[in-house]
Amino acid sequence: MRTEIRICGFGGQGIILAGIILGKAASLFDGNEAVQTQSYGPEARGGASKCEVVIDNKLIEYPKVQSLDVLVAMSNEALIKYIVDLKDNGTLIVDPGTTDVEDVRDFIEEHNIEVYEAPATKTAMEDIGLKIVANIVMVGVITKITKIISKEAVIKAVEDSVPKGTEKKNIQALEAGFDLVE
Amino acid sequence: MAEKNSKYLSYMREERLPHIFCPGCSNGSVMSAFLEAMEKAEMDFDNIAMVSGIGCSSRIPGYIKCDSLHTTHGRALTFATGLKIANKGLDVVVFSGDGDAASIGGNHLIHAARRNLDLTVICINNNIYGMTGGQVSPTSPKGIVATTAPYGNYDTPFNLAEVVAAAGASYSARWTITEMENLVLSIKAALKTPGFSFVEVVSLCPTYFGRKNKLRTPTAMAAVMRANTVFKSAADRMSEKELKDKIVVGEFANKHRDELSDVLEKFSVENSGDKTVVNSAYETEF
Amino acid sequence: MAEEFFIQGNEACAKGAIAAGCRFFAGYPITPSTEIAETLAKDLPKVGGSFVQMEDEIASMGAIIGASWGGTKAMTATSGPGLSLMQENIGYAFMTETPLVIVDVQRGSPSTAQPTMGAQGDMMQARWGSHGDYEPIALSPSSVEEFFYFTIKAFNLAEEYRVPVFLMTDETMGHMREKMHIDESKINIVPRKRPELTDDYLPYKYVEDGTTPMPAFGDGFNIHVTGLTHDERGYPDTNDPDAHDRLVQRLCNKVLNNRDKISSVFSQFCDDADTIIISYGSPTRAVIEAVLKIRKEGKKVGYIKIDTPWPFPEKQILELTEGAKHVIVVEMNLGQMYYEVDRLLKLQTRVHFMGKIGGLLPTPDEIISGIKRAEGE
Repeated sequence: MRTEIRICGFGGQGIILAGIILGKAASLFDGNEAVQTQSYGPEARGGASKCEVVIDNKLIEYPKVQSLDVLVAMSNEALIKYIVDLKDNGTLIVDPGTTDVEDVRDFIEEHNIEVYEAPATKTAMEDIGLKIVANIVMVGVITKITKIISKEAVIKAVEDSVPKGTEKKNIQALEAGFDLVE
Repeated sequence: MAEKNSKYLSYMREERLPHIFCPGCSNGSVMSAFLEAMEKAEMDFDNIAMVSGIGCSSRIPGYIKCDSLHTTHGRALTFATGLKIANKGLDVVVFSGDGDAASIGGNHLIHAARRNLDLTVICINNNIYGMTGGQVSPTSPKGIVATTAPYGNYDTPFNLAEVVAAAGASYSARWTITEMENLVLSIKAALKTPGFSFVEVVSLCPTYFGRKNKLRTPTAMAAVMRANTVFKSAADRMSEKELKDKIVVGEFANKHRDELSDVLEKFSVENSGDKTVVNSAYETEF
Repeated sequence: MAEEFFIQGNEACAKGAIAAGCRFFAGYPITPSTEIAETLAKDLPKVGGSFVQMEDEIASMGAIIGASWGGTKAMTATSGPGLSLMQENIGYAFMTETPLVIVDVQRGSPSTAQPTMGAQGDMMQARWGSHGDYEPIALSPSSVEEFFYFTIKAFNLAEEYRVPVFLMTDETMGHMREKMHIDESKINIVPRKRPELTDDYLPYKYVEDGTTPMPAFGDGFNIHVTGLTHDERGYPDTNDPDAHDRLVQRLCNKVLNNRDKISSVFSQFCDDADTIIISYGSPTRAVIEAVLKIRKEGKKVGYIKIDTPWPFPEKQILELTEGAKHVIVVEMNLGQMYYEVDRLLKLQTRVHFMGKIGGLLPTPDEIISGIKRAEGE
């Protein structure tokens, strides 16, 4: 079944890497199909950053989002901008440290959105001691909530995607993400 | 004269002669100087590849028996860069003119000097666009008359040998066509220098420069040129006023610097365990 | 050996170049093509190749022509503004029959426009960008895996016909990541043919199929290569009308006479189709999804994906659209390949245009509305 995920935030948060890890996990390690696309502006740091991953068990033709299943927002600006694409009964995952769901409360209620608050940035700073791995914490959260990719696959994908020598910290971050939500 | 030149005939594509140059043009003399320097430097004529752009001087490689690439206007150095890097063993010589090298190709010139790839560049600077009929060039002296400067050239000319030296070339020199012995020795030094080597030859275009500027014969032009020539060692002690209208000759750079194709070869050895591959287009497997 | 990757189109292109035997890359950074240069800067020295960042795109194009004559397969990658700068030297490469590959990762245009957005506005620049008459070859991939194999194909066609070959892709494909399955047994390399050194050797000999073998500089042939009109020896012959006519006709005909062999399309559901959609490159992904969806509604719609926009696959498109009432051309510009399709089909079929600019792929729903609109007209 086709699942469409959008992760958004600002440049420098590792939004795109998070999407690559999901895509890699689904396609290379779970044996499904995945397409990852991104959009970005001229700012290398601080500008809006958006990454989309489409996962399916059959060949994916159209690579972009048509009916968004899961929105992951790591900045308030991105949350407000992109929530409108989320389908009815869709899933919203936010980092409460960097977003305020009250700003989109009307949309959530009107469209019966399932909301998860996962303090990825706080967890990264307090549990791992590295703010920079917040994106990997979020990958753990997405894996746990959506169940679209397997835990084994995402561990392999993280090991395959992060810089050599940083695997241990990143796997710790991923595990912390798994534990962050029920 | 004919007998003296005939000793170089074996290096030339005889079937292409006569050449297109005007009577009194310096290109033939520069060609002779180049061939003599090749012999003096004991270069292997079979290993020479020549590259040129567009303009009268850029026709020279077409008359010499070698692999020759007659490219687009101003871009000879870019083609030469690819050729030399892809086939490091070749001795690559570029012939250019002032319009080709300093105007349309000016950016390529400074970047080629900065990269310091092992190329030998001979720039025949006649201070005018000859092939298109006598327009002002970036090395035309201030005040001269040209078809596109009918009221006198208002621009300040480039000092090419100094520009190239400042851009980082291993070797840069300027001579005039009336300094043949020094010119030959300088081209020899350029051929032998590993790195970007540039020889500017200030030359005569009687057809389009001389006629327009009251220098009616090639000999009259040469006499004025000789009278205005100052060696760099003397020029270094002269004031700006004294140097007005003077042509300063000598070496402007002669130093050792890392050469680009060696650096790229080093990257290849470090990363592949072997030198850069040559002639790989003919291979069937990779 | 087979391998799987989850990589970007631009990285797949760089890998394809190395697999094809490309050992020289010269380029200038430009979004959205830069990852090709970055990947090759890292990977070429690992296989004995060379990467050089030039001062601009004019220089990049000159350098790869020089490298090609040095005996090395060479490539550059750029986007629209860079392709504009390369045009004079691209013409030189056609005139001198220099094999090489130019990748254009198209972005919003004209001018600097939209560096990080997809577009297909350079299709006619690839066709007519340089001055004069010539026949380019251009390939347009519509998946990451195709980008890999088409890069190899581009090098092979460049060697076979001694022409520059364009890879016309766009930001969407360049930056998109998906699964790429590489089967080494499917990789076929066309090597350059070296001529024999004989006394009567002619580097630009007039041969039946139009393409003569090409020596490398340093092989001892003492050849002269010039952008001027030249005779069979390669020597300038600029005032003889017949010499020019003979040369330029041969250069064009070596591609045109092999048009059906060079050009290729992929099609589905065209046999029974009332409406056929024609596209190339990234928008094809939306077209296929739309066609699969609308066929479920019982509508007879097929599609043709053009793999080689140039030379334009006339024969294939004529045959496939024979029974169709409507043909819709979908592309990310305000009409480029549309006019080519219209020229070909206007006497037998209604040709509609569906263009989209702004940087986003057309959506399957937009295409379905387009189909209904065309059929309702």
